[in-house]
Amino acid sequence: MSDGTRDKGSLLRGDRQADRVVPPSGPAARLTTFTAGAMAFLAVFALALSLASGRLADRWAGALARTATIRISAPTDQLAAQTQIVLDILAQTPGVAAARALTDEEQKALLEPWFGPDLPVDALPLPRLIELTEGDPGYDGEGLRLRLSAEAPGAILDDHTRWRRPMAEAASRLRLLGVLSIALIGAALAAMVTLAATAALAANAQVIRVLRLVGARDSYIARAFVRRFTLRALGGAAVGTAAAMIGVAFLPAVDEAGGFLTGLGFQGWAWAIPLALPPLAGLVAFVATRTAALRKLRELT
Amino acid sequence: MIAFDNVAYSYGGGELLSEVSLRLAPGSFHFLTGPSGAGKSTLIKLAYAELMPTAGRVTIFDREVRGLSRDDIARARRRIGVVHQNVEFLDHLPLITNVTLPLAVSDRAPNPQDVSDLLTWVGLQNHADALPPSLSGGERQRAAVARAVIMGPDVILADEPTGNLDWEMSLRLLTLLVELNKMGKTILIATHDLNLIRNAKSQVAARVLRIRNRRVQLAGADL
Repeated sequence: MSDGTRDKGSLLRGDRQADRVVPPSGPAARLTTFTAGAMAFLAVFALALSLASGRLADRWAGALARTATIRISAPTDQLAAQTQIVLDILAQTPGVAAARALTDEEQKALLEPWFGPDLPVDALPLPRLIELTEGDPGYDGEGLRLRLSAEAPGAILDDHTRWRRPMAEAASRLRLLGVLSIALIGAALAAMVTLAATAALAANAQVIRVLRLVGARDSYIARAFVRRFTLRALGGAAVGTAAAMIGVAFLPAVDEAGGFLTGLGFQGWAWAIPLALPPLAGLVAFVATRTAALRKLRELT
Repeated sequence: MIAFDNVAYSYGGGELLSEVSLRLAPGSFHFLTGPSGAGKSTLIKLAYAELMPTAGRVTIFDREVRGLSRDDIARARRRIGVVHQNVEFLDHLPLITNVTLPLAVSDRAPNPQDVSDLLTWVGLQNHADALPPSLSGGERQRAAVARAVIMGPDVILADEPTGNLDWEMSLRLLTLLVELNKMGKTILIATHDLNLIRNAKSQVAARVLRIRNRRVQLAGADL
């Protein structure tokens, strides 16, 4: 059996003797617990930010592919004619996949949240709204505006996709930064555990001398430290993850009016993702401690 | 068992040992003597590969130490029991765990009866659960002997094992080592206590080596 396999095996089933050869406590071990807890806490929030950014990016990117609106404001007797002109223009415009005028009922439904259900649509000089769906490739917005101003002066293209694009890109970048933050947190944890393990090895020089005198191989000595630091990191990360998940759970629920900040949490199956952080922290600690221990033991010849 | 061929060891620019040649045959009993700082401890450390010679060859169980991997050295040490003057233990673990440590690092389970017999043999049967810092100097030395022999080693190297002990305790420890030799173990004791050597020679056929002017010589009848 290889030493690495033996290490992982002893980690799972417990190697009481190897575990006991190192004195039970020390500042380095406590530092590992604290660091792992703090890092896991931060990682949960980075994860929440990354997932929320991802959802936002997807939502905005989806909106990009859907619609723009043309608003036609004209005297009542010209409204139908201008609407038809605009629809004809859109039918001839390359890059417009579909276009249709909203019905009175649909317009009433849009206004209902502000004016109530008894709005007399027929009595108000409301503009007509045309919803258009962009094709791939898209249409020439400036060209369409020029043609509309020439042939239907009351028509205004509300090209809201143009301001959503940079926001969607920003959300994508935010998601990337979230992932990068988690990677950096993992690297910082590895660095801290490496420092702590190296300090623990230096502080236990007598233990190492005694073990070597009685014929202990480096892998046995390393195993004692690896097990200790891995379990410490695992425990600390579990506490940090649990605390952060409770914190995320108490964030305000998703609310359209609240925008981005109220969506900063986990939804559905995504609540399971943070549960991977403690084992991941344990794995990082295992690799970092084993590498540091074997390197330090080679130096201590 | 252990052989030195023209071995030299330098430290800090100065040569501590030079042209050292000796052989520890199976079942032999050797004393190594010389003034303080002569290199007795260095020679002992060379004999269990804690130090590497700067010239010449040290051979342990027919293998030159320079060719041994770190794991090979660890395995060789399981066949060599070492007792130091300032013996070190894992102070947070009870005596019985310290004594059985060589078995633990070799992934071997201790036989409770054998361990009990061993502690009785060294007179520490009532101290099994004591922590090392609570033991007297003599008790620590006897515990070190117990730890050194628990694996049934072929060779026992003792570096000033009686340095911190009174005469009565020194004789008791010597008796333990003589008994081990009679069981077939190869013994090398570094000491500057000539009375101890004289006493041992009345019990066992011991050869006495002396370090003088960086070289190892066979001591004469003056001992």
